[in-house]
Amino acid sequence: MAPAVVFMLVFLGWPMINALLIAFQSAAGDFTLDNVQRLFRDTDFGLAVRNTFLLLAIVIPLEFTLALVMAVVAQSRVRGRDFFLYVWSFPLAISDLAAGLVWLAVFTQHGYLNSILQSLHLIQHPIGFLNYNNLAGLVLAVVLAETWRSISLVMVVVMSGIQSIPAELGEAAEIMGAGAWRRFRSVTLPLLKPTLQVGLILRTTAAFQVFAVVLALTGAGLPVLATKTESWVYEARNYQMGAVYAVLLLLLSTLTTLIYLNALRTPRAVFQR
Amino acid sequence: MPKRLWSIAFAVAILTFACGGTPPAPATAGAQKNVGQVEFLSSQGQPAKEVQDMNSKVLAGFNGTVDFQSQPTGAQDVDKVLSQHQAGKSTIDVLALQHGDFTTLAAADALEDLTPLLQKLQKDRKFPAQLLSYGKFGSQKQYYIPWLQATYLMVVNKKALQYLPKGSDVNNLTYEQLISWGQAIEKARGEKLIGLPVAPGTKGGLMNRFLQGYAYPSYTGQTLVGFKSPDAVQMWQMLKRLWSVTNAQSTTYAYMQEPLQNGEVWIAWDHQARFADALNKLGDQFTVIPAPSGPKGLGYMSVAVGLAIPKGAPNRAGAEALIDYLTQAKQQAAAGSSLSFFPVIDGVNLTGSDVPSYLSAESAVASKYVANKKSVITLLPVGLGLKGDEFTLTYQDAFTRIILRNEDIQTVLNDDAAKLQQLVTTAKAACWPPDPPSSGPCQIK
Repeated sequence: MAPAVVFMLVFLGWPMINALLIAFQSAAGDFTLDNVQRLFRDTDFGLAVRNTFLLLAIVIPLEFTLALVMAVVAQSRVRGRDFFLYVWSFPLAISDLAAGLVWLAVFTQHGYLNSILQSLHLIQHPIGFLNYNNLAGLVLAVVLAETWRSISLVMVVVMSGIQSIPAELGEAAEIMGAGAWRRFRSVTLPLLKPTLQVGLILRTTAAFQVFAVVLALTGAGLPVLATKTESWVYEARNYQMGAVYAVLLLLLSTLTTLIYLNALRTPRAVFQR
Repeated sequence: MPKRLWSIAFAVAILTFACGGTPPAPATAGAQKNVGQVEFLSSQGQPAKEVQDMNSKVLAGFNGTVDFQSQPTGAQDVDKVLSQHQAGKSTIDVLALQHGDFTTLAAADALEDLTPLLQKLQKDRKFPAQLLSYGKFGSQKQYYIPWLQATYLMVVNKKALQYLPKGSDVNNLTYEQLISWGQAIEKARGEKLIGLPVAPGTKGGLMNRFLQGYAYPSYTGQTLVGFKSPDAVQMWQMLKRLWSVTNAQSTTYAYMQEPLQNGEVWIAWDHQARFADALNKLGDQFTVIPAPSGPKGLGYMSVAVGLAIPKGAPNRAGAEALIDYLTQAKQQAAAGSSLSFFPVIDGVNLTGSDVPSYLSAESAVASKYVANKKSVITLLPVGLGLKGDEFTLTYQDAFTRIILRNEDIQTVLNDDAAKLQQLVTTAKAACWPPDPPSSGPCQIK
């Protein structure tokens, strides 16, 4: 226990407290609310909040729906399920920046997609999918890249949850005449709730911090909270503003975690039966 | 007339080397003692290729071991040297920075006085007087020794020339003519083929330099003082029209050599070094031209890079030997070719087989800037030190809000003028050319 506590305090607690302190200090070290006020006036602050939530609202449901399907297929007795499992686990090994760059090569003006469309004579001039003023194109590219990159993680989590459900329950339901969909809805899904809760907390917290994929694909075309944080710290080297953004991200993550913990609470009784 | 004076001074500085002269006597050849390990920190040489070339073509012949390191922005180097100076322990022997980045270090007295070294070097090579005086920062001490110089210009795909509007001279364009040219191309080809380096961030494109050294001086005759003036509003209106014929992918361009090579753009503005790859590989497809001019003249920017020794450098003798080595004619040409800069010392031949042919084409454009009677020369921001990066980002902020987000010009200029003023005041930076000299921090009118 003790080493874990020390580890948490040194590597999580201390930086977190430090960030909180810096966020409410001026460069000279006096306590102030100026940084917070400046945050709300900051160019693209509103856009960064909107884009972060927009991506989250699309990516999370999409990923969990697909991951559930994938996990069920990989668990089933379908032929070639091992093949699916290997292929689907592949993106686990790819860094998010690399994933962003791969998808950039697809979507950029002279990228694969435009080249294919042009060679098929479907378009005359390349389409600017990633132009700063093409919100739909930017969001689509990031959603694809981000889903492709992180869905395998969700799938692995969901699969481990499915594996921990006793097979007898499904078999019993089958004997009682429940079809595949009914078994999934009434047996698998309710028993998966604790797993889904963990998965949702992990993925949503990560989605708030979406960064490398957005940066690689859109530059500053699609500002999100994490790219703004990075830009203030490493570009403007204004640590106070960087800290304010970081604290905002911390707040949002904490809040969502609490919501998930509450909304997906599994009564203790379920486990005691 | 400070504007005129700067132009003349620079004319002399650049023409002296451009016209050449008697080649300098070969540097003290023969058996020299190995000077050991020299730590060389440079704000120039960012793409990996440039670091490679520096190591293999320039530093390889040095009688010692040089550890050449390059960081993306000068402010990061300034930060490092300054904190080492305050801690009283330097790990850097030689420092290469742009003129403006040295100001903070000179003010903090973090640099050695190189007057004795300069006197030694001047026995067999000649530096332009103007560049030497920059390196003194108004003091008696020589804080840096000039190393290289550069400017920003435009590169045009020859296919674009047929669409040049009647009556305009490609070597003497106005911004309005550039816009008409872009319109003509769009009409004929259905594509917007002008490109600007607008990728955001301090490691992104150099749009901030376009604003500070080209658009603003051409429309206001100043760089910072007239930031929110009526002339500035007129400039931004022009920029909106220019943007309407500019490839929207420009927001992702950091170096214009790439979109030029793959044909995404035909006309591009950038730092001369950021065209090198395109001109090297496909030189015969492109032509190099000066930037356009505006109602107040031909605004252009000049970059001077110098070499300095931080106080307490661990290998002082090695540092001096390296500066001696880098300012010899042969290494001047080699470093110029590797980093796509111009040499500073007199009589360096820019025509050898080792020197890429585009360097002399770029040098010819630089001479056109100097020779133009209406030119307005701007120096890189001076004396901002650690605030330099935030200063850059404020210009990008103005561009984003006015051009990309279509916000009201005057409102944005007022907002960003306040931010710039705060940065300049905090850094205690006086006005720099072409703004009139100020006592105390520069004031935006």
